[in-house]
Amino acid sequence: MKLDFSTLMTIIIGAIFINNFVLSRFLGICPFVGVSRSLESSFGMGMAVIFVMTLTGFVTYFVNLILVITRVEYLQMMCFIIVIAALVQFVEMFLQKFNPTLYSALGIYLPLITTNCAVLAVALLNVKEGYNLIEAVLFSFFAAAGFALALVIMAGIRERLEITDVPRTMQGVPITFIIAAILSLAFMGFSGMKF
Amino acid sequence: MSNWKEFSKGFWAENPTFRLVLGMCAPLAITTSVKNGVGMGVSTTAVLVASNIWISILRNAIPNQIRIPCFIVVIAAFTTIVDLSVHAFSPVLYDALGIFIPLIVVNCIILGRAEAFASKNQIWPSALDGLGMGLAFTVNLTIISGIRELIGSGQLLGRPVVPPAYQPSLVMILPPGGFITLAFLIAGMNVISRRLEIRRAAERKEAPQ
Repeated sequence: MKLDFSTLMTIIIGAIFINNFVLSRFLGICPFVGVSRSLESSFGMGMAVIFVMTLTGFVTYFVNLILVITRVEYLQMMCFIIVIAALVQFVEMFLQKFNPTLYSALGIYLPLITTNCAVLAVALLNVKEGYNLIEAVLFSFFAAAGFALALVIMAGIRERLEITDVPRTMQGVPITFIIAAILSLAFMGFSGMKF
Repeated sequence: MSNWKEFSKGFWAENPTFRLVLGMCAPLAITTSVKNGVGMGVSTTAVLVASNIWISILRNAIPNQIRIPCFIVVIAAFTTIVDLSVHAFSPVLYDALGIFIPLIVVNCIILGRAEAFASKNQIWPSALDGLGMGLAFTVNLTIISGIRELIGSGQLLGRPVVPPAYQPSLVMILPPGGFITLAFLIAGMNVISRRLEIRRAAERKEAPQ
């Protein structure tokens, strides 16, 4: 396993900024629209996603190894989704037992993560890009961090939006998407960065 | 008559993309050309109809406590079939859609229909429900991708349709264009449905007099 600093740096910056999961790959839009109403809940969701996605990246790496060795790669999707569902359930039970404070803080956001397409996508992308274990875990962690970043920025803007006078037609979802478009334009400025 | 209602509700009253804002990843990500949009819509429809039928058949055999994992496994199986079929029959489309074909598994529309409809209804209505929702989803994708392709590259289905003097605005086929198109489509839908409601309320007021 070789560790090249510039490759790792490219993966990290690429995952957070250049190919931000929400704003340029369009993954995890549902929680992005649904949970970004308040800063507090979006922060909780962000943390939960970082936790689960990093674990997913780690576990699915080994699951994929087993699939490749036994030559049943076509079961990849099914195995990954079951692993994610099991992992979310496990994390939920573990937190409930050993860290009730964090558990109650994350609350309903944990079970919702199973159907967050960003989590399955990170597992599939790790395989597609052929990352080794360290690259896969780093990519998963920073992709999730990018998701959390976009979510928290969005929540900050939407809290301001509460006290502004939005035209009635654009209230709710439409104005959220317009803001997302502008954020996405801003994040496009990162493309072309090289190390 | 009620069958027709199951089929048609997805197009307006319970439109998944514009009304319920469900399964938003695909409508934003792959709608850069009409071809991709229709391809994605048809793939999703196939998974939706097949999983609705199968879950409806199994609805009495699945224990209530573990129904969500069971649904996901059924959906994952059909998504794998569609994934392999698209890869075999249309490699170009497969490359264009990329990771979003496997991601049909976590499309909220499919799990939503399984949970809300197929697990409680007979096979025939479930199939119609899946077909209606899937076709409505396909229509949505076609509309969004049509707008984006027309403004973003001045083409429709790969053929140039605007005068050569038109400068395509590239931003519409880049990520921000997806958000902008969707925002205005949802806003437009809100305006129309509010007008309809006002008219209906006015009619109701006149009726008793």
